[in-house]
Amino acid sequence: MTDSFLPPELLRILFAAICAIVVVFGNALVMGYLERKFAGRFQRRPGPMEVGWQGLLQLAVDGVKLVGKQLVIPRQADKVLYRIAPIVSFAPAVLPLLVIPFSPKLQGRDFDIGLIFILAVVAINVLAILIAGWGSNNKYSLLGAMRSVAQNVAYEIPMLLTLLSVILVTNTFSLKGIVAAQEGLWFILVMPVAFLIFFVATVAETNRAPFDLPEAESELTAGFMTEFSGMGFSLFFMAEYTYMFIACSLTVILFLGGWHGPPLPYAEYTSALWFFLKVYFLLIVMIWIRWTFPRVRFDQLLNFCWKYLVPFSLVHLLVTAVVLKI
Amino acid sequence: MKDYFAQIFTGGKSLLVGMMITLREFFRPVVTVQYPRERLPISPNYRGHTILVRDEEKPEKHRCISCKMCERECPSGCIGLQGEKREGVKGLVLVRYRLDFTKCSLCGTCVEVCPTDALDYSNEYRHVGFRREDFHYDLLAMVEEQK
Amino acid sequence: MSTTPEFREHRYVLNMGPQHPSTHGVLRVILEMEGEYVMDPQPVLGYGHRMHEKMAESRSWPGFLPNAARMDYLASLIYNHGYVGVVERLAGIEATPRAEYIRVITSELNRLQSHLLWLGVLVLDLGAFTPIMYTFEDREKILDILEDVTGSRLTYCYMRVGGVVRDIDDKFIERTREYIKWQRSRMPMYDKLVTGNIIFRKRVEGIGEFTPDLARRYGLTGPVLRGTGVAYDIRRAEPYSVYPDFDFEIPTETGGDCLAAYLVRVREIEQSLRILEQALDRLPEGPFLAKVPKKIKLPAGDATYAVESPRGELVYHLTADGSEVPYRMKIRVPSFSNLSILPEVCRGMLLSDLCACMGSLDLVIPEIDR
Repeated sequence: MTDSFLPPELLRILFAAICAIVVVFGNALVMGYLERKFAGRFQRRPGPMEVGWQGLLQLAVDGVKLVGKQLVIPRQADKVLYRIAPIVSFAPAVLPLLVIPFSPKLQGRDFDIGLIFILAVVAINVLAILIAGWGSNNKYSLLGAMRSVAQNVAYEIPMLLTLLSVILVTNTFSLKGIVAAQEGLWFILVMPVAFLIFFVATVAETNRAPFDLPEAESELTAGFMTEFSGMGFSLFFMAEYTYMFIACSLTVILFLGGWHGPPLPYAEYTSALWFFLKVYFLLIVMIWIRWTFPRVRFDQLLNFCWKYLVPFSLVHLLVTAVVLKI
Repeated sequence: MKDYFAQIFTGGKSLLVGMMITLREFFRPVVTVQYPRERLPISPNYRGHTILVRDEEKPEKHRCISCKMCERECPSGCIGLQGEKREGVKGLVLVRYRLDFTKCSLCGTCVEVCPTDALDYSNEYRHVGFRREDFHYDLLAMVEEQK
Repeated sequence: MSTTPEFREHRYVLNMGPQHPSTHGVLRVILEMEGEYVMDPQPVLGYGHRMHEKMAESRSWPGFLPNAARMDYLASLIYNHGYVGVVERLAGIEATPRAEYIRVITSELNRLQSHLLWLGVLVLDLGAFTPIMYTFEDREKILDILEDVTGSRLTYCYMRVGGVVRDIDDKFIERTREYIKWQRSRMPMYDKLVTGNIIFRKRVEGIGEFTPDLARRYGLTGPVLRGTGVAYDIRRAEPYSVYPDFDFEIPTETGGDCLAAYLVRVREIEQSLRILEQALDRLPEGPFLAKVPKKIKLPAGDATYAVESPRGELVYHLTADGSEVPYRMKIRVPSFSNLSILPEVCRGMLLSDLCACMGSLDLVIPEIDR
């Protein structure tokens, strides 16, 4: 390696970036399929069945269709903002995957501030939605964007407060360190309330039902995505699934013990299996929630955050701090 | 304060109950069918477009006597039929019976007014076409094809 | 359309419909908004206008029968019932007892499927996608039963002056009984999945409240009115057909909000099942079509016949001048009056609540435009 013109660390990052992109696309395919299949079964339908065995290739075909579609730009739209909005949404979705430890060895880079890095990058999505809503020059889009911003700002708070409880215990922002600290005892058993608050907050952060107010098809047609078509739409779509993946990965890392599970051969790499199983379990729960509940109203959403989640997470933080001091 | 916690408890419980219901439905069998590949049996009483029925005694013939009752009674005016006088045949001979299915509202008046019960409903429900003219059915040709 | 004279800078107009997921058809509502608050909703009607009343005046009366089914596609049989009722009343014809029972049975089945569809759609408007699929499963059972006897699944043209087209048989009775049992077993599930759900409760409780007085002024009828505590149901208030024979309740609630209308309709499902059971038990023998002359001239004069559609009071008013063609036909449809209250109750509510409110009014747009 020494005679390579690229330093090995850079090569490693490059390789990780490519893997991250593969994970993004693969996850969008798997999630799109799971979502439709599970939605179907919850509703006593078979879901996609036509393309491939049990409709396995449906999402690939849909992807090809979306790529081939014309990008319609509304005449009144802000052309620049309208164009960059999907990219602003999608691009940051790849970055957090570089720091997520899938297994002890499968990690792009272990930052000391990995957790903060992820939260910072994910927050860019709000900006993308706001750009999309404003750039489309459509009142429905703008309403969706406004809702999204209010919602994300509100739910960031309980999320960060519960994170602090975990950080108080682990004393590190490094994701690897947090997972390593759960050897033997997952944090969900230590602080189940924090897990619940965090999970609810992530559902809201990723704009999933019952908190899917920025999209709210029965009220806002498609919210901020109303005017988008073709690849513009599918980038939002993939970004949404990637953010869900990241959010569930964070939950797994913080509360469900990351890669920990029954021992496997070559555990340094293969224990990623446990990680993915846990993440997809949470994702399926999210799908399950989406296809069961009605949507909450906008003011109720904020009420729920300020009146329930924030006080609970504050008390939780206090209790954690006191217990640790003793 | 008590209400506050009671609401969290009852609300959370109602959400869990809802999720259990969808989970139960998840494991129950699918109720839909993959339509063009599988089809549900259609009731024999289904009323599709009208057809001319063949006479039971003389299966080569239909029973229409070209009296034009159906044409007159049709509220949508979608029936056009023509009979003509022929040598050696008693009564009129039907030469054309056209049903404009784009206008038909399937009320069944024509079947009810027919004095010879020459009309009946078909069981066809899958009408597909690219042009309006595809739905201008020639009932006479249909009944002759069946022979 | 509203003509607000003063220009308010912080207000904007949001055009909801005619193509919008929760206006259920081609209703257009022009909303004057302040942020997310609807300050002035103005419904715009007429996108589905087919001049049914005029059509009734331009053809002989039997020709209008298929039209009746197409005004409210969710209550076709009840519309059939009203139309043959008004003609019978004017021409002085009586349907046979068996025919009257068959009419009531099919009408109640029709009401049930309308309520089931509404239940799914209301929850769909609130953002839950799954319950509508479950209600459709139940609804398909009704449609299968009705298809077997009427020959169609949606726009039935089943009733005739003096009776009905086809008699019901033992198979129909057996299938209906099976269905009643099935529907009863399903109701606790909806109770848990929808009625008890905290999110659903929060979305409909106290939304779109109005008083009986306001409802009276706007001419509201049906479950929406019964939700304010007024037990007004044509089946009891102005009994028609054989409804006086049956023992059933008129469910009322006192809230006057979306939840009350919801609860009334859900309880009506049980009442309809009760009527069905009794009607099947007491079904008299005899002909299903009375002996009527082939051509009936409508005697000069007028007649009114009111029926209870799933949405409220449906009135046919027929004026004839002695010929076969009616002179004037006036149809009073419930959704039209029910929609008229929208600007009054929805002023100042959130956009999401407007959707819930319209869902609970159970609007069928072709009926409004007709």
